[in-house]
Amino acid sequence: MIAMHAPDGFLEAPVALATAVIALVFVALALRLSGRELGDRQVPLAGIAAAFIFAAQMFNFPVAAGTTGHLMGGALAAILLGPWVGSLVVTVVVVVQALLFADGGLTALGYNVINMATVTAFGGWAVFRLLRRVMPRNAAGVMGATAIAALVSVVLSAAAFSVQWLFGASAEVPFDTVFGAMVGVHVLIGVGEAIISALAVGAVLAARPDLVTGASDLDAAQLSAERRVGRRTFVFGGLFVAVVFATVVSQFAVDNPDGLEKVAIDEGFIEAGRDHALDSSIFSDYATSGVGNETLSLAVAGVSGVLITLLVGLGLISAARQGRGRAGA
Amino acid sequence: MAGGHVEGRVGGVGHLVVHGHSPVHRLAPEAKVVATFAFVICVALTPREQIWAFGVHAAVAISIVALAGVPTRVLLARLAVIIPFLTFAVLVPFVAGGEEVDVLGVGLSRDGLWGAWNVAAKASIGATASIILSATTSVPEILKALTRLRVPRVLVSIMSFMMRYLDLLVDQLGRMRTSMTARCHDPRWLWQAKPIASSAGALFVRSYERGERVHQAMLSRGFSGTMPDTEERATPGADWVRAALPPVVALAALLSAVVL
Repeated sequence: MIAMHAPDGFLEAPVALATAVIALVFVALALRLSGRELGDRQVPLAGIAAAFIFAAQMFNFPVAAGTTGHLMGGALAAILLGPWVGSLVVTVVVVVQALLFADGGLTALGYNVINMATVTAFGGWAVFRLLRRVMPRNAAGVMGATAIAALVSVVLSAAAFSVQWLFGASAEVPFDTVFGAMVGVHVLIGVGEAIISALAVGAVLAARPDLVTGASDLDAAQLSAERRVGRRTFVFGGLFVAVVFATVVSQFAVDNPDGLEKVAIDEGFIEAGRDHALDSSIFSDYATSGVGNETLSLAVAGVSGVLITLLVGLGLISAARQGRGRAGA
Repeated sequence: MAGGHVEGRVGGVGHLVVHGHSPVHRLAPEAKVVATFAFVICVALTPREQIWAFGVHAAVAISIVALAGVPTRVLLARLAVIIPFLTFAVLVPFVAGGEEVDVLGVGLSRDGLWGAWNVAAKASIGATASIILSATTSVPEILKALTRLRVPRVLVSIMSFMMRYLDLLVDQLGRMRTSMTARCHDPRWLWQAKPIASSAGALFVRSYERGERVHQAMLSRGFSGTMPDTEERATPGADWVRAALPPVVALAALLSAVVL
């Protein structure tokens, strides 16, 4: 949530200036390169898409009890309109929100545009294109690719903010703390973004497939083809992403001592905390005891986490199915 | 109308302006846009240790709010958007590193306290500045100002189409929510997201098809891609001078804060 609409003074002036310059370069490039696409017909469509993203950002969806997230829409806009027009559209949304609704600072526009429009549109589009190569060539394949692209785009946005924080933090909060917290929260928000983007693209594909730029290579017959493969692809794709995150991202997240541990070491009270009851747990400190290599043990801990979550999830789903079956009977 | 929190966040684009005839309302919009940016940049550049300088900035902002006759209730309601960041600011002193100071028996990071103050002060003054702009300048005026400030035409057109359709879309969204609620849909969990997403897709297709119809209607009436500027007058010089006053005061505060 914090990566979205950062206010004035959130990052130091040099970062605000540098990101503003980068954002301007991207907008100029997008204006030039989308010139061909942004014909007479496309400008109203882009405007309506901007209004749509604006309205969709007001849909607060529940992440878990008590926490809500809202759509960022960068990946969705890129898949519907192409990355250049898509990034322009989200840029316009971010600028209007700052100028008229005080939602995001005017001097923070540089990093807000980069995090919410540029990174999500281009990152999401790149992942989408890559996945389209391996996904089945039908509507379900497009939706699966959209889901994963949307999830990754939100996480990339959080990661981009953490990197900017590294360069221009307004307070000395350790990078690991910010990165861990940002990426952690945004994986959850990203799941919501993934589901909503995929289903929204699915709804548009069903009604007006010609409006989805990311699926312009498919013809009507392919789009209405068998959908059953889709669910399997979706599940395996999601599992793949989860495993990648668990093994790769966990390296960043717990490679160094976290903020509290660092303070504890500095202040010399780390010794006092040694005899923790959970110290004997095999996953204590997110590394597996009995596995020598630290990288490997982190990966094992991460993958085990994913497996446990997956099993619990499967259990919940099958329980819900049984309940529904009984209610139906 | 739009239901629940949807209305709370936007309140209708048409209702952003607080009607009035104050000197702030009458200023040329392009002068106001430039002045707002200049003022906020001065605030953002002010070193955080010079607390008095933020007092000057805040005094400037508050006196313009009073001059424009923006009700305090409206200002505070719109300032609510920065609350998540103020919450973050409160947390910073607890997680930041560096030298510690004792506050009521709790060790807090000195650097973190300054960081929290920095974000809170700059965010609230900066947000107040944009709220003054949007409360005294109508959306068409802002779009005209951006055109005159040579913002690329395509961006301004996207923006104008967006603003024109936003209220319509928000209303449609509200009607969809009402009809969903009337059919006992009350989403609380992530796995209830499907109807929301389907309605989002339906909303997109409906607004696009409406846009196609409107665009064809516009073309048949001679629309050439840009809206004609019906008001050909140049910005009055006096407006630039008057609009420059707040940023100049802020700049003076900034410069003396840097030098001192």
